Amino acid sequence: MDTDDDFMSNVSSEDDILPDDSENDMSGDEDFGFDDEPDAHIDSQKDDGYKKKAAYDISFKVYQPSDVQKQQDELINEVNMILDISKEEAAILLRHFRWNKERLIEDYMDKPSQVLDAAGLATTSAGPPRMQVVPGFVCDICCEDEPGLQTFALKCGHRYCVDCYRHYLSQKIRGEGEAARIQCPSEGCNVIIDARSLDILVTPELTARYHELLHRTYVEDKETLKWCPAPDCENAIECAVKKKDLDKVVPTVSCLCGHRFCFGCILNDHQPAPCELVKKWLKKCADDSETANWISANTKECPKCNSTIEKNGGCNHMTCRKCKHEFCWMCMGLWSEHGTSWYNCNRFEEKSGTEARDAQAKSRVSLERYLHYYNRYANHEQSARLDKDIYHKTEKKMVQLQKESGMSWIEVQYLNSASQALQTCRQTLMWTYAFAFYLARNNLTEIFEDNQKDLEMAVEALSEMFEKPIAELADSKLKVEIMDKTSYCNKRRVILLDDTAQNLAEGRWTFNTELLGSGANGGPSTRR
Amino acid sequence: MSVPFAAKRLGKELNKISSSLPPGIELVSADNFEEWLLDIKVLDNNPLYQNQTYRLKFRFSPSYPIEPPEVVFIQLPDRPIPIHPHIYSNGIICLDLLGQQGWSPVQNVESVCMSLQSMLTGNSKNERPPGDEEFVRANTMRPKDIQFYYHDNDV
Ligand SMILES: [Zn+2]
Ligand SMILES: [Zn+2]
Ligand SMILES: [Zn+2]
Ligand SMILES: [Zn+2]
Ligand SMILES: [Zn+2]
Ligand SMILES: [Zn+2]
Repeated sequence: MDTDDDFMSNVSSEDDILPDDSENDMSGDEDFGFDDEPDAHIDSQKDDGYKKKAAYDISFKVYQPSDVQKQQDELINEVNMILDISKEEAAILLRHFRWNKERLIEDYMDKPSQVLDAAGLATTSAGPPRMQVVPGFVCDICCEDEPGLQTFALKCGHRYCVDCYRHYLSQKIRGEGEAARIQCPSEGCNVIIDARSLDILVTPELTARYHELLHRTYVEDKETLKWCPAPDCENAIECAVKKKDLDKVVPTVSCLCGHRFCFGCILNDHQPAPCELVKKWLKKCADDSETANWISANTKECPKCNSTIEKNGGCNHMTCRKCKHEFCWMCMGLWSEHGTSWYNCNRFEEKSGTEARDAQAKSRVSLERYLHYYNRYANHEQSARLDKDIYHKTEKKMVQLQKESGMSWIEVQYLNSASQALQTCRQTLMWTYAFAFYLARNNLTEIFEDNQKDLEMAVEALSEMFEKPIAELADSKLKVEIMDKTSYCNKRRVILLDDTAQNLAEGRWTFNTELLGSGANGGPSTRR
Repeated sequence: MSVPFAAKRLGKELNKISSSLPPGIELVSADNFEEWLLDIKVLDNNPLYQNQTYRLKFRFSPSYPIEPPEVVFIQLPDRPIPIHPHIYSNGIICLDLLGQQGWSPVQNVESVCMSLQSMLTGNSKNERPPGDEEFVRANTMRPKDIQFYYHDNDV
């Protein structure tokens, strides 16, 4: 799908309506500087004439695999020349210093032997790496003592049979995905296997995997670089937003492959909710899945005639096939009331007073409150999924429409744009509910809820138009309406995201939870 | 390779430990190269473990000793789970040398038993790891799939 590019250009075209916010604009410097300055902050960047962006837009660069390789090679060559050490050693040292060239050179100039030692390049050399037959040798790993056994040892002299070495390396590389920091198998020995020794020992197939992993560590070691998580995508993204900034910004980036994700946590785009809220929300939803199951169910009963209705489109406006009763899927209320007061459906009125005093009532209120937001979150998540199906059906629809109306392929593209807008806006709406769940009321929440309401109404309206039968779609008046509504939805989304991002950057929201995660503490945790 | 990697090494280990083992360590059963049982005792008079015998279950993967064995304490009427800040009440042990990072293929069944012995000997805290109850209730994973944060490796 090349949907995002199109969508982003839609967004940019709305830029002129946005408040000027160059302050928070990280201008996309060509050479990003790779600074390891702990305090290179978001707003310290100069404005060098780049187009003004919305407050929620962040600067980033996409690198293809060859760029990533080139960057590494350049650094290795530089260190190789400056420090007069081999390329293998330069590579190991750079990896040891997590590719911070400046600190490596400084430290090395200062105390070379300590640096070499710490990086596992111990200087007590026993000659260049090679396989050897040693008389009277017994392998400490397999206990083999057969004469003529091929053995291998790194600079540390810990010698094992080649067969054991191979097993060990293949376990590390294939089993554990390690490459840059594989140590000598001896207990407590921190000498690191270099690429040259590895090439002597293992099969070409494993060598290829090893070099691939080494290549990956470059990106994994740098806080400013991350792999695009899309399956089969090999690009890396560079972005200056650091972990400690994640309470101020939601860094959504988009790869050349079209995938949009959060640079902070690698999940799909979750603006406007900050990473930590997303993490907590997803955990909460998983924990409460039992209570939540009934809500996300795909079927509901008509509030009037009780016949079962299955939701099969993204729109919340339900019409019972049997009795023609019109109601809202989310709150089951009359649809006619929603035209003017959608308000009732996006905001949870905090219960107060007598009820809340009672502890039991309190926990019920808190569950109700959670379900209120979860219900709406799950609804948009589900609708976004259904809208995705609709997107696939859209192409068919576009073909039919061409036949019926005589419009050209270009002329029916507006359906495509509408379908994309629906998905992106639902994605945003979904996260506004998680955001709202953790939001403590202050003088800004009302504006937020109004923005949320406006976007939600626009999305439902567009969704409804979009589901009209082909015969109606052929009407050129409806086409104009859909195009207008699409652009309106995108506009409302930009306004909502811009407002939340600005307030987040300036610390004006109050949340009833912490925004920066606490680090790892004791105790077991599940891997990955 | 005709003989599986683990079998070759375990055969040699078995030969050695059938004839001699350090004091306080006893082989209970080793009928195959997948699972062995051993008993360990603490030799000094640490009141926490005095007069107690503990049962260890070792499980070996085919690529042992390249991969660490899975080692847990098991409970029997006369074999309790030792109280220790790194031993969960379901017998799972949080010890870095049993993890992929801390394991060295030079280690063996005997050296693991000795490390556990000394881990008990050196302990004076009559307590389980933090979050023991919750962990024991929730855990459905094999020890090797649990990522432990080693609290402090010198206990
Ligand atoms: Zn060997
Ligand atoms: Zn060594
Ligand atoms: Zn990508
Ligand atoms: Zn995130
Ligand atoms: Zn009905
Ligand atoms: Zn409603």
